[in-house]
Amino acid sequence: MTDIVFPPSLILIIGAFILPLVRGAVRRGVILALPVLALMAVWSLPVGTQVAIEFLDYRIAPVHATASGRLFAIIFCLMAFAGGVYAMGRARLTELVAAYVYAGSAVGVTFSGDLITLFVFWEIMALGSTLVIWAGGGERAWKASFRYLLIHLLGGVILMAGIVWRVSMTGTADFGPMLPDNPANILILIGFLVNAGAPPLSAWIPDAYPEASPSGMVFLSAFTTKTAVFALLVGFPGAEVLIWIGLYMVFYGIIYALLENDMRRILAYSIVNQVGFMVCAIGIGTELALNGAAAHAFAHIIYKALLLMSAGSVLYMTGKRKCTDLGGLFQSMPVTAINGIVGALAISAFPFTSGFVSKSLETAAAADQGLMLVWFLLMAASAGVFLHAGIKFPWFVFFQKDSGLRPDDPPLGMRLSMWFFSFLCIAIGLYPDSLYSILPFETEYQPYTAGHLVSQSQLLLFSGFAFFALLPMMKRSLTISLDFDWFYRRFGRILADEFTIRSSHALERMERQARMRVEGFVRRLYRHHGPHGILARTWPSGGMVLWVTVMLAGMVIAAAVL
Amino acid sequence: MISDPKKHWFYRTENLPKLWMILAAVLLLALLPEFFVHHHAHFPDRGTSVDTSFGFFAWYGFLTCAAMVAGAKILGIFLKRKDTYYDD
Repeated sequence: MTDIVFPPSLILIIGAFILPLVRGAVRRGVILALPVLALMAVWSLPVGTQVAIEFLDYRIAPVHATASGRLFAIIFCLMAFAGGVYAMGRARLTELVAAYVYAGSAVGVTFSGDLITLFVFWEIMALGSTLVIWAGGGERAWKASFRYLLIHLLGGVILMAGIVWRVSMTGTADFGPMLPDNPANILILIGFLVNAGAPPLSAWIPDAYPEASPSGMVFLSAFTTKTAVFALLVGFPGAEVLIWIGLYMVFYGIIYALLENDMRRILAYSIVNQVGFMVCAIGIGTELALNGAAAHAFAHIIYKALLLMSAGSVLYMTGKRKCTDLGGLFQSMPVTAINGIVGALAISAFPFTSGFVSKSLETAAAADQGLMLVWFLLMAASAGVFLHAGIKFPWFVFFQKDSGLRPDDPPLGMRLSMWFFSFLCIAIGLYPDSLYSILPFETEYQPYTAGHLVSQSQLLLFSGFAFFALLPMMKRSLTISLDFDWFYRRFGRILADEFTIRSSHALERMERQARMRVEGFVRRLYRHHGPHGILARTWPSGGMVLWVTVMLAGMVIAAAVL
Repeated sequence: MISDPKKHWFYRTENLPKLWMILAAVLLLALLPEFFVHHHAHFPDRGTSVDTSFGFFAWYGFLTCAAMVAGAKILGIFLKRKDTYYDD
């Protein structure tokens, strides 16, 4: 390529810093224009475009257009656009700037042809997302953003260690398929998995995201975990361990979401669940499975953002976030409820929604590979998605008991962005080829067969029946559930307290001993040199003569002996 | 029990049986195609055809969901804390 190529990521990253310089209508215009320009830039770079430069001894490819990278870049730009509309006029300026830098660096990762570029954008993403959480305001958000940053710096350090090790071993920084068969690659894999919300550190998602503002969490849900999916998809396709990690995440998300009371934390656990499906598919690693992971990521970003826009609207209008405080809102917030339900149907993979045409690629891939246990578990998990997110969220927020709250639907921008994403959920469901045509590999998959329609409807409707039949067992309570974050939020504190107590004891003893020594020394000094001390007496000159005589005698004897 | 006429239709106690009836009708409707559609086995080489049994996806969905709810309930005994647990 000899043409000048402008990296789409930089449009968002540099453009974000124009926002503080302009006000009013111009700022609104910039918010809308930046993602559109970035999207056009993505489209203008055909697959295979590559800009490579020599950096130190390595070939760096900051713009490397691949089919899977483009798919993720397109959805990231769409997400930034819808998020911008949702946030406009309500989010703090810090949040908007941070969110656009964050979105831009996510796009940067999808265009990374080498690990060094990837790492740079990876870290910008960590900073941008931390600021988005922090912009939620208040002490809780500040503390959560700090915990979030620590986890991501840890992940970043592990990733960097892996990259440095790999580059020094292979002599190249190129980013392509790797095998987790040496320590360097395993470190890189762990670095990616931290961002994907894999165990044991999954808790950072439900811990940090729900402390962001309504619009903040919409942005957050899309980028970090899905760039991790992208990185795994390119870096570790077919790594078998991912199947089991993914399945763990799937069920972890369901169980914790079932126990949760905070509506946005339910949806945060559901992110782990959904990313689990994608990680599992990447582990299966066939073309069909990888297509499934990519398609699912694309569809997931839309419906998860839609669900969070709906939940964010409820939070924005009522100031309440707990299921125990909510209920009956469908009466006064019909638009929010309808869009929330569309998102819920899509995440549950109901026929004619984007979830149906994307997630079924993954289960079909498991069946094709003869992975019977995996297939049965994924089927159970699909039923569980409807249970924990598809019904639980809309039921407890919009129906359930009548909480007596009668808030209006949110302002126009928030409503428009919800309609936009609802439209996409259904449009992709009705015209799956629109999504299939941009997948990494060509596919002949046909989601709409009579058997598939019937089986999926039965699976979901009967899990819905299970939900209502077991409703008494799911009564909401004012509780949270302990998770791995207990170790760094409580156990670490207990250890530190214990250490403080013990070390302060030791310090006290040392201090006491030192003081006793000094005091003893002073006392002895006083005894000998004090006013009554033996060495402080006025000595008679006779004594002096005696001592001189003794010395002289000594010298004489010494001289005689020698 | 006489319910409040100002309440939304959805919340009136006398309508509760109707809601359950609607749900039951939908479930039956979903089972109806079982008589016409033939499901193919996903793992014929493994000698299992449980996924072609009558209404497999219906009972499998129901049972696994019940199991997940029960599992969550049991784990909840150990994991649940007051939501002010981490507040200082």
